[in-house]
Amino acid sequence: MAINTKYELKLGAATREAFGKALVELGRTNPNIVALDADLSKSTMTVGFQKEFPERFFECGIAEANMAAIAAGLASAGKIPFASSFSAFMLNKGFEQLRVTAAFPRVNVKVVGTHSGISIGEDGPSQMSVEDLSLACSLAGFTVLSPADEVSMVALVKQAAAMFGPVFIRAGRIKCPLIYAADQTFTIGKAIELVSGTDVTLIATGLLVAESIKAAEALEAEGISAAVLDIHTIKPLDREAIAKAAQKTRALVVSEEHLVDSGLGVRVAQIVSETTPAAMEFVGVVDTYAESGAPDELLDKYGLRAVNVVAAAKRALARKKAGS
Amino acid sequence: MLKTSDPTELAAISKKMRRQVIEMITEAKSGHPGGSLSAVELLVTLYFDVMRHDPANPKWKDRDRFILSKGHACPILYSVMAECGYCPADQLNTLRKLGSIYQGHPDVRFMPVLEASTGSLGQGVSLAIGMALAAKLDKSPSRTYVVLGDGELQEGQIWEAAMFAGFRKVDNVVAIADNNGIQLDGFTKDIMDLEPLADKWRAFGWHVIEVNGHDIPALQKAFAEASSTSGKPTALIAHTVKGKGVSFMENNPKYHGQAPTLDEEKRALAELV
Repeated sequence: MAINTKYELKLGAATREAFGKALVELGRTNPNIVALDADLSKSTMTVGFQKEFPERFFECGIAEANMAAIAAGLASAGKIPFASSFSAFMLNKGFEQLRVTAAFPRVNVKVVGTHSGISIGEDGPSQMSVEDLSLACSLAGFTVLSPADEVSMVALVKQAAAMFGPVFIRAGRIKCPLIYAADQTFTIGKAIELVSGTDVTLIATGLLVAESIKAAEALEAEGISAAVLDIHTIKPLDREAIAKAAQKTRALVVSEEHLVDSGLGVRVAQIVSETTPAAMEFVGVVDTYAESGAPDELLDKYGLRAVNVVAAAKRALARKKAGS
Repeated sequence: MLKTSDPTELAAISKKMRRQVIEMITEAKSGHPGGSLSAVELLVTLYFDVMRHDPANPKWKDRDRFILSKGHACPILYSVMAECGYCPADQLNTLRKLGSIYQGHPDVRFMPVLEASTGSLGQGVSLAIGMALAAKLDKSPSRTYVVLGDGELQEGQIWEAAMFAGFRKVDNVVAIADNNGIQLDGFTKDIMDLEPLADKWRAFGWHVIEVNGHDIPALQKAFAEASSTSGKPTALIAHTVKGKGVSFMENNPKYHGQAPTLDEEKRALAELV
């Protein structure tokens, strides 16, 4: 297997911790950065910013709708607000406000949803967000980011602050494998090919990127050459990279910690159907809400593991072969 | 632009604004005359006397800001802003037509001189708080005024915002309730009564002023009181008449969201001379 990154998958920080760190660093260099939270600052990790810049931190209490629109007001008056909560609350409770006060007038708001997906674990499905990418992508004009590890999160949070326009950033609760070296460069809207391969392309976002790298290793052991693409930007999606992968391997697996029928997979399928036909398989949460349990147990039970990506790759390859 | 504290001049401008509102909505064949007419003196007093703003420099950093949270009343906002020189008066009759800057509800994409896009009720106080917090961070004297419908106060987000501003002492925000007593489906007291409204705002930590929303000297006094109130945001409960100035529209829920016919326009304009 040709691995384009030199790095082993050792455990790094949670992406929410990386967000908190990046926010503090941004606060030190740009006085216009402000932060808002809805009584979850110790969980979303905005607490570090709050400690260092109390005058620029706005605790909104448990009122996400109000928080979203206050953030829009701050942005309209020249600030660069980062509003954060659990992804499930930020988008579901703040959606209408994000639509009317942020997306529609296209203000410079940054929205961060932490504890996304089912890997939040024991708290259970009311706190889990399996539809946040879908909701964020349906906010016209929003840029939607879903970094896979701490290095990409720090870099992309800073890029989100540097660009003008509304951005949603998806973060997770649990510590996750470190994929990138500190000197890796990222560009919003440009996918990263982590592993090169010729038989099948494993496209993934968030936690499923590391699982897809492990899947590529397992496939290689069986003589199957799998490429891995990290889609850290869900919108705008890297059309060129996806079309190229479809053309090159003619078999794709899209994996995400999200409902399969409304997340990254369907958006990739749209590009594939418009460009180069390919056999496609999808790994994700299938039309259900999960349950309480340890994160690892849940990822196993709901089929979001390397083994599931491997099985999906084999199904895609079988169809590719049958079709050729 | 003309700035004046003379109530007679402000009343004359108000009458002109009412005529324009009637003409615009009649020409558009749809729109919301009742709630536009109830808010005329509120906007005229703010834009021509109270607010610090400069149409020649609309993005002046220290300007006072205005948000029409009850966005459906935009004909009066467009008329007043055109009279100030922010936007062309000769295009007011393109209201709601394809390509017009005068959209059916305020839209900053078409009118960058607006402070906010509104139309989905309940969001203006939160937006105003955001702008007011930015002003405090910038040590700017800028104040933010937001006009709300009374029916709009049924939205839960209003009270999330009221709780925030009261608790955080956001005293550079003035929320003005255009308390005309009527919403689309009928009288507010029958749909979802808001009383005791002043007590509600007080309970959330606001300084409350009740005023006749058509009495210009009383409004001038109320806004001065709001400006000199520190440590608390101000809620100005403006008692108004829906459809004010046109006899057959006054207090009639029918004209919440119905355009005048050509005959009604003629009768209305005859009363506004």
